[in-house]
Amino acid sequence: MAKSKLEGRKVRLHDMSLRDGMHAKREQIPVEMMVKIASALDAAGVPYLQVTHGAGLGGNSIQHGRALASNAEYISAVAAVVKQATISVLLIPGLGTMRELQEAYDCGARSVHVATHCTEADTSPQHIAFARKLGMDTTGFLMMSHLNDAKGLTEQALLMESYGANTVYITDSAGYMLTDDVTEVISRLRDALKPGTEIGFHGHHNLGLGIANSIAAIAAGASRIDASLAGLGAGAGNAPIEVLAAVCDRMGIETGSNTFALMDLAEDVVVPFMDSIVRVDREALTLGYAGVYSTFLLPARRAAERFGVPARDILIELGRKKMIGGQEDMIQDTAMSMARARGLPGTAG
Amino acid sequence: MAKIKCALIGSGNIGTDLLYKLKRSDVLEPVWMVGIDPGSEGLARAREMGLKTTHEGVDGLMPHVLADGIQIAFDATSAYVHAENSRKLNELGVLMVDLTPAAIGPLCVPPVNLAQIAAAGGVVNVNMISCAGQATIPIVAAVGAVQPVGYAEIIASLSSLSVGPGTRANLDEFTYTTSNALEKVGGAKRGKALAIINPADPPLIMRNTIYCEVEGAPDREAITASVLRMIEQVQIYVPGYRLVNGPDFDGNRVAVFMEVAGLGDYLPTYAGNLDIMTAAAARTAEMFAKGIQDGSIALPGVKQSEAEAV
Repeated sequence: MAKSKLEGRKVRLHDMSLRDGMHAKREQIPVEMMVKIASALDAAGVPYLQVTHGAGLGGNSIQHGRALASNAEYISAVAAVVKQATISVLLIPGLGTMRELQEAYDCGARSVHVATHCTEADTSPQHIAFARKLGMDTTGFLMMSHLNDAKGLTEQALLMESYGANTVYITDSAGYMLTDDVTEVISRLRDALKPGTEIGFHGHHNLGLGIANSIAAIAAGASRIDASLAGLGAGAGNAPIEVLAAVCDRMGIETGSNTFALMDLAEDVVVPFMDSIVRVDREALTLGYAGVYSTFLLPARRAAERFGVPARDILIELGRKKMIGGQEDMIQDTAMSMARARGLPGTAG
Repeated sequence: MAKIKCALIGSGNIGTDLLYKLKRSDVLEPVWMVGIDPGSEGLARAREMGLKTTHEGVDGLMPHVLADGIQIAFDATSAYVHAENSRKLNELGVLMVDLTPAAIGPLCVPPVNLAQIAAAGGVVNVNMISCAGQATIPIVAAVGAVQPVGYAEIIASLSSLSVGPGTRANLDEFTYTTSNALEKVGGAKRGKALAIINPADPPLIMRNTIYCEVEGAPDREAITASVLRMIEQVQIYVPGYRLVNGPDFDGNRVAVFMEVAGLGDYLPTYAGNLDIMTAAAARTAEMFAKGIQDGSIALPGVKQSEAEAV
């Protein structure tokens, strides 16, 4: 077979199993399991591990669910065992604060995804600047990127770069982007950002494009890719890291990670630990098809059960109403309004 | 009776919306508007509406405070400059109504504690917390009136176009101030505030979700009645404050889903977050103004001779 054009490219994998994966586990990953998975990822050579509540710093809440332990407990426990990997956290301004970032740093986090909706980068200057002041590896993370065009995303990325971000991510939170979209956006970012600013891609597998989109991102200039073991993440999960590592091996893209070790970890530890198999099922596919925030999947199923409106109908309605990440309260609200409109029992008045 | 003269500091979204509210007041008369940008749209609007303006910040206003008889000033700038603005104007005996998250003075949510603050006397600075605080604390207090609230959590969803640069660049202050006020004014033992900025076009109306975890099994009937009564109290000054869903009971958790439609004074009706803040500030100032008019409230720091001279 012909040699890949990407042979020799270096890419850093950023594992999401212990952050995005928290969504798939309804925030119920015990500290000991985090430590076990983190040690194994560290030994497999994965350079970055994200460790927090699924919604990041400040995530413990009624809105986003309460985890088994505090972020400080998770981060400290993982920091005590990793040898080479950098521990990262997620911070969404409006939810997480600089106080919590300082605490995460004190516990051992040295990298942060500062995340905003893809049009609201200007809510992140304080947090990005503070992360840089702490000396952290700092990413600006543009969530729900499919809701902005390439020109708009470039403007937002330039803002984050101007605040001090050393990496900017295109974040396909809904798993809605097609491969050509990824190529176009990442190429424009590569042209516009400083050569020293890295570009990353965070995919969701809702349309089955997690790997293809990640490779397209690398081809267009991305050097960091988020992925997780067996895809453990919201919706149909992230790009499965063991698959991505295998494809990179075949293409000669250097990840520095041990593919067989990742395969074993995914198969022997993570898959048996899943509540239900993370895959492109009907509702996860609906997310990717309608452009809905992947994290809405499980709360929509719970609302469906309680209020009697099918989860797919709720998700489609949330997409129609243009609800974005962080608006999980609107899932119950929407289900209640739909149940009333449909005259379902127990909804009078 | 003569209206009480006011100055507005800050000519952005909030200051401009507030101007419309004050123009309709029976007891308040906006006289000055203060900005820092000579090209500010808010200042131009204020001039059209007959106000005096300065683009030189509070220092541009200072020489005119006593001469023009300013007794109440509204500050819609930022937490960082508010402290200095307040100090300067307090020295001249002006009562500050603070619409920034600075929270130097007592935190005020009109239907919950305005009467108490006004009656306490000696107040020279009142803080209006945040739009999310104004929209959610009444509900927390209403639940708390029935039984103790161990934890209150609120989510405010704001349309992107209604959130100005000051709030955007200082989201942490918004979070801290609102969380603190859920405890101090709402009465929850612990409070947490979340803010979401949604860019959907057409813009979404302001939404607020209030979760309260009560101690003991919730008294559904009493909580529902208390919440509905409180909503009526807020509707007196924000007619677009509406219940969408709830109160919903799930274990010890009470959930209330609200929306706030504005009057459409400055920004269109989706920006209920502006209205609930400015309407609460105007209502607070009116309460003090009536007290000044009938002599029940004396602003400290104003020498009697000066007060009579204006």
